[in-house]
Amino acid sequence: MEKLLSNIRNGEHVVIRELKNSIFKVKMMEMGLIKGKKIEVLFRAPFGGPIAIDVDGYTLSLRKDEATLVLVENQTDI
Amino acid sequence: MRIALIGNPNTGKSTVFNMLTGMRQHVGNFPGVTVDKKTGNIEIGDEKHELVDFPGTYSLYPRSKDEEIVYNSLCDPKNSEYPDAVIVIVDASNLERNLLFFSQVYDLQIPIILVLNMTDLAKKQNKEINVKALEDLFPEASVVESIARVKSGKTQLFYAISSLKERKGHVFHKDITVASSLDIQEQETDTEKRFAYLKEIIGGIEKVVEKKERPANKWDKILVHPVFGYLIFSIILLVIFQFIYVFATIPMDIIDGAFASLSGWMSDVMPDGVLTDLLTQGIIPGIGGIAIFIPQIALLFFFIAILEETGYLSRVVFIMDRLLRPFGLNGKSVVPLLSSVACAIPGVMSARTISDKKERLITILVAPLMSCSARVPVYTILIALVIPSKTIFGFMNLQGLVLFGLYALGLFSALGVAILLKIFIKRKEKGFLMLEMPSFKRPRVQNILMVVVEKVKLFVWDAGKIILSISIILWALASYGPGNRIDEVVAKVEAEAIQKNWSESTKNQEIASVKLENSYIGILGKSIEPVIKPIGYDWKIGISLITSFAAREVFVGSMATIYAVGDDSETRKPLLDKMREQKRADGTPVFTLAAGVSLMVFYVFAMQCMATLAVVKRETKTWKWPLIQVGYMGVLAYLGALIAFNLLS
Repeated sequence: MEKLLSNIRNGEHVVIRELKNSIFKVKMMEMGLIKGKKIEVLFRAPFGGPIAIDVDGYTLSLRKDEATLVLVENQTDI
Repeated sequence: MRIALIGNPNTGKSTVFNMLTGMRQHVGNFPGVTVDKKTGNIEIGDEKHELVDFPGTYSLYPRSKDEEIVYNSLCDPKNSEYPDAVIVIVDASNLERNLLFFSQVYDLQIPIILVLNMTDLAKKQNKEINVKALEDLFPEASVVESIARVKSGKTQLFYAISSLKERKGHVFHKDITVASSLDIQEQETDTEKRFAYLKEIIGGIEKVVEKKERPANKWDKILVHPVFGYLIFSIILLVIFQFIYVFATIPMDIIDGAFASLSGWMSDVMPDGVLTDLLTQGIIPGIGGIAIFIPQIALLFFFIAILEETGYLSRVVFIMDRLLRPFGLNGKSVVPLLSSVACAIPGVMSARTISDKKERLITILVAPLMSCSARVPVYTILIALVIPSKTIFGFMNLQGLVLFGLYALGLFSALGVAILLKIFIKRKEKGFLMLEMPSFKRPRVQNILMVVVEKVKLFVWDAGKIILSISIILWALASYGPGNRIDEVVAKVEAEAIQKNWSESTKNQEIASVKLENSYIGILGKSIEPVIKPIGYDWKIGISLITSFAAREVFVGSMATIYAVGDDSETRKPLLDKMREQKRADGTPVFTLAAGVSLMVFYVFAMQCMATLAVVKRETKTWKWPLIQVGYMGVLAYLGALIAFNLLS
């Protein structure tokens, strides 16, 4: 089932399914957010602030509205 | 040979730069952009090379004007910055993502060195890198392994520089070509293809021996906690400011005293004349006015560099971003704004970490509204003058409460102006936060010292020129008047002194007072009286407003000169008494509650600091923004003072 990265709970492992079209798309890919990549949501800032995810062992932080551009699915769904 | 140093952010690029060049570095400009160009010299035997540090970027494709430097310099052989060779720093613990950028640069056919940095970190994560396979993939690149943090790999890197491999046209993949900087669609395709190919081959280069669980991020959990996160940050800030207040004042007093005695000594030994006056009253105090800021700048950047080096700063940005965004600011604005409570100069300089142009500009424009330490002497003398020292609500001192109110006024107006600027400043590039949160590291002393030295140098050379020029202009305006007006009034005072049998010091104070009154600044102060009358000031205050454009604290000294009292006592009692005695033409006192509060409000808002002006010019690289800043802060100051004066009269 497709979900938005912004809605994933802390500690959950998901797989990137698609990046929505936006001016950030190439930038996001460059930061390692590529289709099929396994990521983990690590923690998030208080008051609806940015979220931090693990991509290949490094920590990437992105704003909530940036995270809504990333469609993910549960690993078990594949 | 000119060598470009490039790489992803957080790959240890500046550490490699410091390792290769040592202290032989200087800062210049890339043509047409606001980015500093750091250059350093490398000497390998008889060979001399120039190493240019380019802004860190995740790919060749520019997302901002600043990132365009990398694309334009590397892709166009006719560009003035086109290098003879390029060193790409690759984070060994994050190979796949870093190889994207490397593969793009590799395809440009410039002689190239791949520095596999942070190999220790990769090992810690149980990642094994097959260097041979990497060399096979990029046969025309020299591959060097390094751990720049402990200066490992320097010799190998020097060897690679002096024995560069020739480029014969080999590319990463024959079906993939670097896209144009304008074609987003093509860039997307290129990035997709490169990652697809990397995914195919990465298994042959990098082996994850045993997938280890991430080193527990329990620290992160605490540092971004809704309660502890902000608490820890507040405590760290408190400690830093305590250090700055306590330890910066010692060298500042020494510098102040040293320049004052140098001036005094020079005027004693040199013959009387214009040149002596220029030197002792213009140039030496001007240089002193630059040097006085060095302790604060050095200390603040010392702490900021530690926070940055350890990786803590990115956690601060993470928890502050959401709170500051409604104001058009960025999580990274926290440091500049809070630093400005000590001094706006390092504050404005530290705004450089904000990558979003608009957010950085807003931060710079509002930072001087935060009440800095130079306002304290002005606030304290005015509070002592017009605010009674009494206890209210049973435990609060009214004077202390007013002081707190002035700080609060500064903070809230900074946030309010930020909101307005957010609406009025047009954004060329859409802002984003997406940033790498580096793992926690032990800070390297060398890197921190380099930051401190670089910032102090930048301030002294770039802003110093402007500060010195303005202080010489102000000196000339305060020392000369039209015709021989000054000579005439001085002669009059000298005659009066003999008649009334004044002591030497009384005579000198009176002379200084009439000199200032009849100088160009004095005349200017008198001529603005109609303008400042509605906010409750007379021409004497007008003169002090003009002279204290040099720096706010000059206000106190200026008032002392005009009222012909000494300004040497700790209590400033003579000055306070004199100010209380001042009467208007109609017999009412000058320093009423209304006029006093009006002046305080004026100093909360007005951009009375040429050093800040100079630094804003340095950081925005145009006179437009500092002038806008002087303008808007002046309007705020006048209106605020007008409202305060009329409400309290």
